[in-house]
Amino acid sequence: MTASGNGRAVPPPQPSPAGRGRELEAAIDVHGLVKRFGAKTVVDDFSIRVEAGQIYGFLGPNGSGKTTTIRMLCGLLTPDAGEGTCLGLDIRTQSAAIKRQVGYMTQKFSFWEDLSIAENLDFVARMYGLPDRKRRVAAALERLGLANRRTQLAGELSGGWKQRLALAACILHDPKLLLLDEPTAGVDPKARREFWDEIHRLAHEGLTVLVSTHYMDEAERCHAIAYLAYGKLMTQGTVDEVVARSGVLTYEISGSDPGRIAADLKGKPGVEMVAAFGARLHVTGIDAAALEAALRPWADQPGLRIARAEPTLEDVFIHLMNRSTDNFS
Amino acid sequence: MIQFSVARFVAVMVKEFIQMRRDRLTFAMMVGVPILQLILFGFAINSDPKHLPTAVLSADNSPFSRTLVAAMANSGYFDVTRSVAGEAELGRLLAEGTVQFAVTIPAEFSRDLQRGARPVLLVEADATDPAATSNALAALMTIARQALDPELKGPLLALRSTPDPVDLRIHRRYNPEGITQYNVVPGLMGVVLTMTMVMMTALAVTRERERGTMENLLAMPVRPFEVMLGKIVPFILVGYIQVVIIVLAARALFGVPIMGSLLLLSAVLVLFIAANLAVGFTFSTVAKNQLQAMQMSFFFFLPSMLLSGFMFPFRGMPSWAQAVGEVLPLTHFLRVVRGILLKGNGAAEIASEVVPLLIFLVVVTVVALKRYRQTLD
Repeated sequence: MTASGNGRAVPPPQPSPAGRGRELEAAIDVHGLVKRFGAKTVVDDFSIRVEAGQIYGFLGPNGSGKTTTIRMLCGLLTPDAGEGTCLGLDIRTQSAAIKRQVGYMTQKFSFWEDLSIAENLDFVARMYGLPDRKRRVAAALERLGLANRRTQLAGELSGGWKQRLALAACILHDPKLLLLDEPTAGVDPKARREFWDEIHRLAHEGLTVLVSTHYMDEAERCHAIAYLAYGKLMTQGTVDEVVARSGVLTYEISGSDPGRIAADLKGKPGVEMVAAFGARLHVTGIDAAALEAALRPWADQPGLRIARAEPTLEDVFIHLMNRSTDNFS
Repeated sequence: MIQFSVARFVAVMVKEFIQMRRDRLTFAMMVGVPILQLILFGFAINSDPKHLPTAVLSADNSPFSRTLVAAMANSGYFDVTRSVAGEAELGRLLAEGTVQFAVTIPAEFSRDLQRGARPVLLVEADATDPAATSNALAALMTIARQALDPELKGPLLALRSTPDPVDLRIHRRYNPEGITQYNVVPGLMGVVLTMTMVMMTALAVTRERERGTMENLLAMPVRPFEVMLGKIVPFILVGYIQVVIIVLAARALFGVPIMGSLLLLSAVLVLFIAANLAVGFTFSTVAKNQLQAMQMSFFFFLPSMLLSGFMFPFRGMPSWAQAVGEVLPLTHFLRVVRGILLKGNGAAEIASEVVPLLIFLVVVTVVALKRYRQTLD
């Protein structure tokens, strides 16, 4: 398996549908999770199954319940309903045992800013009661390239280095499952790339990774993805499956004055979304006939090129997002 | 220069009001603290304590001695709570702080009185807190004269004109010169510890939540008691440093006598510091941010200062205030530290003050552990 590349080319291991008799290999297997805060249902009837060794992407708009779901998986929140296992352990009754085998990287940097990098790692090692603490800390520092910054205070680090420290701390106790909550928010592209290379290396070594993100390129580097909106699971599968299943059609228009065309197309029946990418327009919808009808007036314009294009993951997600809002109101 | 804009000023003001309304606890504190102060200063404090418990050792059962004891009780200052048979018991009651005064009426009191031989009336006072005893002692001479004068009739009438029918001897025990510092400086140890220990722990845990590191801590396999103990022990050491400074200053600057065992004192200190830290830890499980933690610490500190007997005599307070005071660890610690330093008390004499401290510690620890959540729910 190639770790890098632009996702779509990677043949991902197929997630096996539940009931194929490979129960033991599921790192996460939960059904019907519900979490309410007061009158608000933040996670509603959520079920997923993540195979061991997979990188599983968690996508969805802000406030869609990604963080809450991750917190339920590692025992930080108790679900109001639902059940399931994490690494074969019951998420309701065995959260203490789950904590020992799970590495959880919080959305907000949550290590001690007034401790140095080495002191933070040492503290974590002690928390997990790791034997051979010194060696492990040294190895973690080495692996993530933090060795010559070991005495630097965590609070003085830039975003990228903080993220490396957090990852180093999360994998210090050799967890079997990594839960990463928007690990690359606010990190530059190079650091992001390196971070994902590391995630793939870890997955290759057998670690299961559940990662939430807003970045489409990151979603495409996952073996499988799940899309949440307003606490509900909208779709899941490999990137190709999700795109294919969505039924979204995309036309690409390139040529002069895309602004005028966009203004014309917006709101026409069949046109769900018009987005400009420089001089190009992406027009998407699901009703092929209506979409083509909307585009017809522009078809013969000189200098304009209209062609069917592969919908991007982003097109699909925005389509899903629009639909879920409709369901909500 | 930008001109002063009323609109901008109003905008800032409105924003402050909105934020004030959102922070309910702070608002409650702003209203609660004045009310608390009004009640404490207005009703609880009385610098002229009356009804002080008094033990009487009377070796002379005569109308004169009975009249005298009755007159003391009638003055309102003395409540004769004990009638004892021996001097040893009298000493013990004073050391334990069970009584404030010990009155010894010698045998032959009435005979000597009638002979005009001015019998000795010995009144021993627990003067560790000079303010608690001074008024009662000042009234004593008048009480004795007024009580005995009506009894001096017939042939004894002549005695009325003598300067004093009895030889009133007042022993201010433990602090013969009535030096206020002897009382205040050891007490300060308890006050400083209460203030810093509660606040420090309350802040230490709240900080974890405010900075988001609590989520990380909760995600790791660590038990609440481990967190609590680990947070508390460093501050016990800090508390000891404070104690060492105060003890040295008490000795070198104020000449406070150290009659008892410092080792015994340090043993009780662990208990007292731990009790305060547990309070701080409990606050931290309630407070949402460090400001709230500070306010709650202040809310605990205020009654501790005023109702423990540190600033005002404990026995001068009405019974409800005394009941509140009995709950506070500082009250018991003050009695212990004054007992050990000034009275030279040993383990036996302070035991009755250590038990409430222990109960307080256990109860608050249980509350803290119950409140501390292992999840973010």
